[in-house]
Amino acid sequence: MTEASSGVRERPLSPHLQVWRWHVTMLGSILHRACLVGLYVGALILVGWAVALASGHDAYLAYSGILASPIGKLVLFGLTFALFFTVASNVRHLMWDTGRGFTPKIADMITIAGIAFALVATIVVWVIAGQTGALS
Amino acid sequence: MVQLALPKNSRVGKGRHYPAPAGAKRVKTFRIYRYDPEGSENPRWDTYDVDVDACGPMLLDVLILIKNTVDPTLTFRRSCREGVCGSCAMNIGGRNTLACTHGWEDTPGKEIQVSPLPSQPVVKDLVPDLTLFYAQYASIEPWLHTETPEPQKEWPQTPEDRSKLDGLYECILCACCSTSCPSYWWNGEKYLGPATLLHAYRWLIDSRDEATGDRLDQLEDPFKLYRCHTIMNCAQVCPKGLNPAKAIAEIKKLMVERVA
Repeated sequence: MTEASSGVRERPLSPHLQVWRWHVTMLGSILHRACLVGLYVGALILVGWAVALASGHDAYLAYSGILASPIGKLVLFGLTFALFFTVASNVRHLMWDTGRGFTPKIADMITIAGIAFALVATIVVWVIAGQTGALS
Repeated sequence: MVQLALPKNSRVGKGRHYPAPAGAKRVKTFRIYRYDPEGSENPRWDTYDVDVDACGPMLLDVLILIKNTVDPTLTFRRSCREGVCGSCAMNIGGRNTLACTHGWEDTPGKEIQVSPLPSQPVVKDLVPDLTLFYAQYASIEPWLHTETPEPQKEWPQTPEDRSKLDGLYECILCACCSTSCPSYWWNGEKYLGPATLLHAYRWLIDSRDEATGDRLDQLEDPFKLYRCHTIMNCAQVCPKGLNPAKAIAEIKKLMVERVA
């Protein structure tokens, strides 16, 4: 028997994610996708905020209260990061669309730079927000 | 479609352990994917403690040593042993490469894990079924298309035009890049994958080819070309140092330029 005939036994699929050693550009790609999904949720939160604002004083206070809770703050922190990383990642893609920045080294560098920028920018925004009293 | 987990029949179980021969001084453990199509069991990970002083520096040397001295049932493809034929492409330590040109000492980690090229049907052990991959390559019609009558001698090409094929013609179709691509893992039947697209670009920019428009028409499809999200795994793993991601970006540019 040279080959298992397909009727006898289905061939297994070789492992992929289970064995793959991740690389930063792969992380950058999946992070980009995750951030975009996050921003969809963020847009809904923003719409909810506008609806609460239009629904009067009590509704607005209740909605603000949810956003100001620890979990609310965590979500907003995540959204701030998602926003900044999406910006950085899209600049990266803009560069790639011109055919530049494709050597593995440069691709690594601009991906790491994008993640670092998003982290720093997010922290700066939250520090400023804390100092203006917006978080209390 | 994104499928993070393996199907039931593909989950890899624990396998046998083969200890090193007595008297071995330098021992390294290799964890190798095994699948026997004639049995009824799921694939398994067998571990081999190998006396690495008894073989050469490449991973292929280790595999041959195991097959010759420990376990003759271990199955893998190999031919040229110098990175030209592409037969021994496999996943070594989590990255696709050629076993014959990859020194096992360059793989990080205590154990070195070896499995077939990712997300492909497995024929046996380290041998994947690449029928789809070859069919996709054939689908881009990888030969010269011309309409003008054939010249008496050869089709002439300037050295500048010829140099445009550098970094493309060297591809040996080992499938390391295509099977490294998550986009190809999830949409392998619709997305052509890095290797085929690199070859598509090779014919698009060949100054002698006269079917550029038709070739671009063939690729103008939401899946065939545009499933590339610049994840860059292809360029990270290519054992010949080529850059399919860049070739794909150049095709995307050609698509924009011909509309503009």
